[in-house]
Amino acid sequence: MPVARPRLSTVSGLLGVVLLLAGSYLGLFVAPPERHMGDVVRIVYVHVPSAWISMLCYTFAFGFAIASLWTRRPRWDHLTTAAVEVGIVLNVLLLVQGMLFARPTWGIWWTWADVRLVFSFLMFLLFAGVLALRAFVDDPARRGTWTAIATITAFVDVPLVYYCVRWWRSLHQMQSTPETMDAAMKLPMRINAFAVLFLAGWFIARRAELERRRQEIDEVAEPAAIPRAGSIAGTGVEA
Amino acid sequence: MSLSQGGAGVEGRAHGGRGEARGPVQGGSRGGGLVREIGAVLAKDLLLEWRGRARLLATVLFGVVALALFSFAAGADPAVLDRGAPGFLVLALLLSSTLALGESFRVEQEDSAMEGLLLLPIDPHALFYGKALGNTLFLSLLGPVLAVAAVVFYAVDAGAMALVKLVLLWVLAAAGLSAPGTLYAAMTSRARSQDVLLPLVHYPLVIPVLLASVKAIDLILNGDPMGQLGSWTALLAGFALAYWSLGGVLFPLAVEE
Repeated sequence: MPVARPRLSTVSGLLGVVLLLAGSYLGLFVAPPERHMGDVVRIVYVHVPSAWISMLCYTFAFGFAIASLWTRRPRWDHLTTAAVEVGIVLNVLLLVQGMLFARPTWGIWWTWADVRLVFSFLMFLLFAGVLALRAFVDDPARRGTWTAIATITAFVDVPLVYYCVRWWRSLHQMQSTPETMDAAMKLPMRINAFAVLFLAGWFIARRAELERRRQEIDEVAEPAAIPRAGSIAGTGVEA
Repeated sequence: MSLSQGGAGVEGRAHGGRGEARGPVQGGSRGGGLVREIGAVLAKDLLLEWRGRARLLATVLFGVVALALFSFAAGADPAVLDRGAPGFLVLALLLSSTLALGESFRVEQEDSAMEGLLLLPIDPHALFYGKALGNTLFLSLLGPVLAVAAVVFYAVDAGAMALVKLVLLWVLAAAGLSAPGTLYAAMTSRARSQDVLLPLVHYPLVIPVLLASVKAIDLILNGDPMGQLGSWTALLAGFALAYWSLGGVLFPLAVEE
């Protein structure tokens, strides 16, 4: 049984590409430059959606992980892994965009004084650990259970890390939301937010499908069927 | 080392069924039974440690070596060392915890002792809480040694009241590190490259413990004019509470075969 209907995920992907093109056009050519920061601010039209959807992917992964432990069906494990991976990709994009924004505005690539920059970095480390743990486990059932456990424990840490970093470094400007922005700037950000959401949905569906196929191949090519060096071919008996 | 070497209360029960349970942990997982089972697991770990004492010595020595290395990295300026002392202390605890946590489950891998533990007619939650308590106690014991080393190396000046607060905070930090650490060590001890994996998954998770402990120790040693100590201690306690609860729920799933 396929993890997601290819037709639906393809529609989601195509819609994402069209919306991203439209949102980027509006953000680059129609929206006005910011009074103090000029054109540099246009990066927020992809930066803020990346942040929102990255956190949403982690939230999806948390839900999928609970479903994985509850039902023990492999499809939830595939979706958990896919959601964590897509969340990490968006998280990395977020960090790179943040640094690109920081350089011309603050004159530095990185600062430990910026709560959201540090928080995003820690989120990356937290969920990259989930994938690292997964990569070192061979048994599919155990891998699924441990991935779900690591995802849940990492997600529970998100608010704790956020408040901790905020108290640690309380220096930051107000968070950008559509309410704090000019009307001409709201539209491209909202369009891009939906674009990244649809694209993320597409990526998660495709990645989950890939994981399902990979596991099928692993099941077909069982290690016991592959003769080891020094053993009698195919029997697993030491020579 | 296997369970039969540790003994203490649970010895010999692996061969008996649920109905044949005897000895100090008799009574199943209901009510006081769970507490007795936790006590038995804790006693087994402490006895194992007492008989070998290798883990304790190695962990303490590692913590002191780490403190010495931080001194070399930070330079000889007493002002810099004094300012960095809270961070160095907590980092030494964190690095030592990797050794201690990994070792607490490595011993269970020898002679398939973990399988023996899982076959025992005891609540799997007792295994988690017994192990986590043992690790907390173990890391708490590092406190006095590292504090003395910090006083010598960094010329830390603390009064009697500050020392009492430091001890309480240290125990809280040890509890915060131990709960997720025990859960992860149970998993990574049975994965490939366990030595690499445990810090990779454990360190990012315990960043709140690190930050809160460093801030709180700094406030205890250097004064707290804004009254922030309570907030950081509450964060530390909240973290410990969250992961002691979550660990209890998830541990049986993590160790199931």
